[in-house]
Amino acid sequence: MTRVLLIGAAFVLTAVLVVVPLVYIFVQALSAGWGAYVANILDPGTLHAIWLTTLVAVIVVPVTVAFGIAAAWLLSKFTFPGRGLLITLIELPFSISPIIAGICYLLLYGRQGYLGGWLAQNDITILFALPGIVMVTMFVTTPFVVREVLPLMQAQGSDQEQAAVTLGAGGWQVFRRVTLPNIRWALLYGAVLTTARAVGEFGGVAVVSGSIRGKTNTLPLQVELLFNDLNVVGAFAAATVLTLIALVVLVAKTVLERRAGRH
Amino acid sequence: MSPASAPAVRARAVLPGFRLTLGTTVLYLSIIVLIPIIALVLTGAGIGPGRLWAIITAPRTLASLRITITAAAIATVINAVYGLLMAWVLVRYRFPGRRLLDALMDIPFALPTAVAGLSLTALYSANGWFGAVLEPLGLQIVYTLGGIVLAMSFTSIPFVVRAVQPVLEELDPALEQAAASLGSRGFTTFRRVVFPAIMPAWLGGVTTSFARSLGEFGAVVFIAGNLPFKTEIASLLAYIRLEEYDYEGAAAIALVLMVLALVLLFVSNMVQLRAARYGAVTA
Repeated sequence: MTRVLLIGAAFVLTAVLVVVPLVYIFVQALSAGWGAYVANILDPGTLHAIWLTTLVAVIVVPVTVAFGIAAAWLLSKFTFPGRGLLITLIELPFSISPIIAGICYLLLYGRQGYLGGWLAQNDITILFALPGIVMVTMFVTTPFVVREVLPLMQAQGSDQEQAAVTLGAGGWQVFRRVTLPNIRWALLYGAVLTTARAVGEFGGVAVVSGSIRGKTNTLPLQVELLFNDLNVVGAFAAATVLTLIALVVLVAKTVLERRAGRH
Repeated sequence: MSPASAPAVRARAVLPGFRLTLGTTVLYLSIIVLIPIIALVLTGAGIGPGRLWAIITAPRTLASLRITITAAAIATVINAVYGLLMAWVLVRYRFPGRRLLDALMDIPFALPTAVAGLSLTALYSANGWFGAVLEPLGLQIVYTLGGIVLAMSFTSIPFVVRAVQPVLEELDPALEQAAASLGSRGFTTFRRVVFPAIMPAWLGGVTTSFARSLGEFGAVVFIAGNLPFKTEIASLLAYIRLEEYDYEGAAAIALVLMVLALVLLFVSNMVQLRAARYGAVTA
């Protein structure tokens, strides 16, 4: 009896809290028909936002993956003073609100910021342009790959790598032939999570991008812009693109978890 | 910070790559994380304690902090109960649709917060599916504290579930069977045997959920209506100060939020450390 009651409650609550809001995105986006939906997606502002968001993800994900591998190798293979501090710094962005990250960037790179004068003199633009958006997205996604890869590398130990070195393999060879096959699913999983976060980041990007129409508007910012313009159907149409990405990420996550479980 | 030659590395440790990975990690963390945070702390220090105090205790700032903390606390209570229920149902029962239900728990993390905010706002506004039912009953969600609570609890749903699930899975059923054989029944067993074992993980999840809610921005700005003294959250006020070019005001509020987040991170780590110790004793 308790069992039926609890399972029932779980289904009803999850339907109200999660499923209906998810379904409602598509209902609203298609409320004016498929023709209007396609027209909304093909709106130049929305198309540009899709392109910019893709560009940000294409830059951020490989860099975060490379950083994640380097950090996980460092933290799992060596002990050294300051190791705990590095772990804290890696975890920090997870607890700091992205909007605070954005404010930090503004105080550093903004016109009145600590590096603002120097950047202006050297004609380097970071804020209200692509570099700022990319950097603040990197801040937010810093822990994502390390979190997945580090526990695995620690659990597996260094015996295999040490054996390979003893047999004369070089560092790069050891990584590619010994370590990478062991961590590839976790690495891919981390990359998938990073992609989801990079594509959806709102608060941090809102501060550093300046939301310039047709220039520095990422897709989540475009959703807000359309909503504020009272173009609700257009906002929902743009939102469906992000929702579909989120659903693909979830499917990829489930598949990768199953694969990782088998190994 | 340049990659070292192979012999030099091998002299340090058996495995190569120490200097290269240390250099990469330190460089990345400095540029992306550390120096920007130092900029915030320096700005805060530059404002001076008197002015900092004046900004933080200004009525509008205090109101925004009160609204943020109240809404985050209510959202966390909702997630604490819902998350515990979901973890229990997903781990202890086998039923059709369980895997789907489990996968659905990740939606709030995968879905961009702006999209969640947009959908919730439309859903609960007067002509939305839920709003059309609730508003005639006198329950207004959009542009009220209720809306902020809703947005915060949506975006932090997975924290409690995902914290409790693994611990509940590891829990030895023999404990509960022993309790049952000694005459303990359903809820008593849960309260006296199961709950104490999962409490540290649950509290850890609750703390992270609260921390996340305090900093939530994207979902809340859509649904809150953002009226000063009524539905204006602290991170939004910081954002407004930036738009007014009041960098000191923004920095002061950001500092308060960051210190709050760090204190919660510390508390969460302490809880988990105690849990690890507790686990070591019983095992």
